[in-house]
Amino acid sequence: MKRARTPLFLKRRSYRKRRLRDTARMLPVFGLFLMLVPVLWKPADTARADTAPDGIYLFVVWIGLVLVAAVMAPGLADESGSDDPEEG
Amino acid sequence: MPFNLLVLSCLAYVAFLFLVAFLAERRAAMGRVGWLRSPLIYTLSLSIYCTAWTFYGAVGYAARSGLEFLTIYLGPTLVFVGWWLLLRKLVRIGRQQRVTSIADLISSRFGKSNLLGIVVTLLAVVAATPYIALQLQSVTLSFAVFASETPEGWALPDRDATAIWVAAGLALFTILFGTRNLDANEQHHGVVLAIAVEAVVKLVALLAVGIFVVWGLAGGPADMFARIEASPLRDWSLEPGRWTGLIMVSAAAVICLPRMFQVMVVEGGDERHLARASWAFPLYLLLMSLFIVPIAVIGLERMPEGANPDMFVLTLPLAEGQGTLAMLAFLGGFSSATSMVIVESIALATMVSNHVVMPIWLKLRPKAALTGDVRRIVILSRRLAIIAVLTLGYLYYRMSGGSAALAAIGLIAFVGMAQVMPVLVGGLFWRGATKAGAAAGLVTGFVVWAYTLYLPSFGPDAALSAAVFAEGPAGIGWLRPQALFGVEGMDPLLHALLWSVALNTFAFCLFSVLTFPGPVERMQGAAFVNVFDAEAAGPKGWARGWAEPEALLMMTQRILGDEAALALFAAEARAQGKDGFLPEPTPDFVAGLERRLAGSVGAATAHAMISQLVGRATVSVDDLMAVANETAQIMEYSAQLEAQREELTRTAQQLRAANEKLTQLSVQKDAFLSQISHELRTPMTSIRAFSEILTEGDLPPEMVANYGRIIHEEAIRLTRLLDDLLDLSVLENGSVQLNVGLANLQQLIDRALAAASHTRPERSFLILRDLPAENLFVRTDPDRLVQVFINLISNARKYCDAAAPELRIVVRQRAGRVSVDFIDNGSGIPKQSQRIIFEKFARLTDQTRAGGAGLGLAICREVMANLGGGIDYLPGQGGAAFRVTLPLRLEQKAA
Repeated sequence: MKRARTPLFLKRRSYRKRRLRDTARMLPVFGLFLMLVPVLWKPADTARADTAPDGIYLFVVWIGLVLVAAVMAPGLADESGSDDPEEG
Repeated sequence: MPFNLLVLSCLAYVAFLFLVAFLAERRAAMGRVGWLRSPLIYTLSLSIYCTAWTFYGAVGYAARSGLEFLTIYLGPTLVFVGWWLLLRKLVRIGRQQRVTSIADLISSRFGKSNLLGIVVTLLAVVAATPYIALQLQSVTLSFAVFASETPEGWALPDRDATAIWVAAGLALFTILFGTRNLDANEQHHGVVLAIAVEAVVKLVALLAVGIFVVWGLAGGPADMFARIEASPLRDWSLEPGRWTGLIMVSAAAVICLPRMFQVMVVEGGDERHLARASWAFPLYLLLMSLFIVPIAVIGLERMPEGANPDMFVLTLPLAEGQGTLAMLAFLGGFSSATSMVIVESIALATMVSNHVVMPIWLKLRPKAALTGDVRRIVILSRRLAIIAVLTLGYLYYRMSGGSAALAAIGLIAFVGMAQVMPVLVGGLFWRGATKAGAAAGLVTGFVVWAYTLYLPSFGPDAALSAAVFAEGPAGIGWLRPQALFGVEGMDPLLHALLWSVALNTFAFCLFSVLTFPGPVERMQGAAFVNVFDAEAAGPKGWARGWAEPEALLMMTQRILGDEAALALFAAEARAQGKDGFLPEPTPDFVAGLERRLAGSVGAATAHAMISQLVGRATVSVDDLMAVANETAQIMEYSAQLEAQREELTRTAQQLRAANEKLTQLSVQKDAFLSQISHELRTPMTSIRAFSEILTEGDLPPEMVANYGRIIHEEAIRLTRLLDDLLDLSVLENGSVQLNVGLANLQQLIDRALAAASHTRPERSFLILRDLPAENLFVRTDPDRLVQVFINLISNARKYCDAAAPELRIVVRQRAGRVSVDFIDNGSGIPKQSQRIIFEKFARLTDQTRAGGAGLGLAICREVMANLGGGIDYLPGQGGAAFRVTLPLRLEQKAA
């Protein structure tokens, strides 16, 4: 019953808000992927010294996730001005 | 540094924490919560995730396994940056249902089942005990580090004594600030602020040691990089299974660990807090991890062979003569350990008192809910539980001898608490998850975890005999604890994680699908899963019971205290518009009261206590059905309204169309009347005129003949007009007599063409026909059909305005019906006129050359209706086009 009432198309502002929430849902998935990339580099098999580069890579990914989350946080916390605040 | 000074500063630090907690409590008691509940404090309080295991253990972990230690912090990072998926819902439910612990959450979700509460409590206590022991061990070890350095050789008299003192001090702090009040929501402002302060201390301490190592001992980042490349740590071995598994398990742990749940959900926090923490907490973790590898590398470089890498954070500054830094590091480690123990024991004590002690006590003394001092019992049981938990931790520490590597113990606890994860996620997102499923999953996970990881962690011949390890219980090889179902050679931790979580999830899903949930379970399931559907009209749990308001008040006083209970009742009475302290026990009020009490003693206990008074233990299936029916009725009603509205709109539209048509017809009728008067008048006039001339006589015979012929023709025209009108009225009445017979369509068209050729014979028409298609027999009234054809062909001859006019006649036969199309190449009939051409008296032009009265097509339509067919205008054929349809065999209604 509720679904039938939600409009099919949204204003620009609500639209952006929903896509922001979509991004918030996607972020951990992409994050996990990036964190699993070192598995493909196989640091166990090679004799190459890879602690330092791998570490730098992981910290860069980490900082990236923190920054993206920080940019999105205010928009996600703000529930005003949305036609359907609960469900995206 | 003198050891006594260390003890002294340690005591001063503890006193400082006491003061902070005390001031925060006082501030909160005065109602000035303000910044005590800010996102910053929230984020800092989350940092109890970083225990002494992080502070000391991470370096040791890095020294042993390279970058693998990062998994412990990457998992929580994912959970927090993805807070919108899970944490938001968890926190919202926690606030709405006034959840007091993770055991309470699970119990509440699955029908306020106390059994589940007990299972989760047991799991949490068993998993947390070694973890608490680990904290005691790390504090003791750090004391020992300083003691061995003392010049007077003043060794600790007894390590165990240190541990006892630490444990006792922690118990005191926890009891003082963790069980002061039994207010709703289980919020402890003092404790939260104290651990926030400790969070800052441990971050500053670790960063200070890190900065000292990178810029003091090594020559900055570039040199540090080179040193890592040259150290034994330069090539780490990533095991894909462990890497992935540990990220997952730490992600689960950050949600399920009792202390994390306590600060994240129970102590408050809303979307605003979470939004800030979503990036700030990962940032905190990042900063904590940033210098771990440098410290490990420099530690391995500089410290003597065989030094415990778990203590590098402390021993490295000490060895380099940085007494103050070492002191700071010590306080950082101390903070990490104490804050964890405090919050963990509060969380565990809440679980034990709400899910074990209170239900037993209520069972033993059912009347006590009204007469006994429940408050005192709850607080006492919590205090005892805190002491018991710390004692357990201490005993574990004594028994294990404090030898195992720190990292291993932490991971065992992580995997243990991760057993709650499938049930938690299932309960939050799947309405079909049932109590039986949750119990089966939790017990399965618990047993498998204990058998494959927890008990083996004590070593061979401690909890499990060496024979069981080697050959399995009673010689059953595929039940060996570290090679379950023949999976050999796997990392024991990963092995335990895989089997416990897999079997757990499987049992949870299987039993959920097979069993049927009770009414309370279904109610709670809907409330949890649909928590964001604001004010979802759930059934009122106490709709049909009735409780004495006074009894309710007495019971509430026993739990919340006199003042709080009276205030609560008075506010409700005011809201209901009554004076005094006793509101009507409406279902809403009782349900709200239950939630309020649940915030103090847990959902299951609160439910049990209220049901003693209200008399009915649960909602019934009937109640659920009633709600469902009500909803269905409302939906049906609105659907009916909707349908009626649509019908009204349709009818109005039809009415409008009919009205328009009527108006148009009326105009036509007027036009026709003048037309028909004109039509009648013209022949009449000439008949009159010529007959007058004739009566005067005296005319040449050829003129008489001529005038006579004119009179005759005009009379015929009049007769034809009257015939048409008569014909039409007969046809419309349906009283026409049909002469049905078999006829060849081709012949009929031939007849019609021949008859119509008299109309405007001067025009040469090209007739296009398909003779083979026309050659079929129809059973109909041939004369009437020919009449229609003649009319159509004559119309074409009359009105087709093309220079080289042509008429196409197309015959088609389909499914027992024949259609005959007459298509000319003129300009056709304008769109707005297409609807009215079949009406009586319709004339498109005033041109009298047509000679008809506008009845032709109306007659055609009536004829075709009588013949069981129809006639339509075909738009879009490049000219005027009419389609006549008729059945191959006309079945006469009344033979």
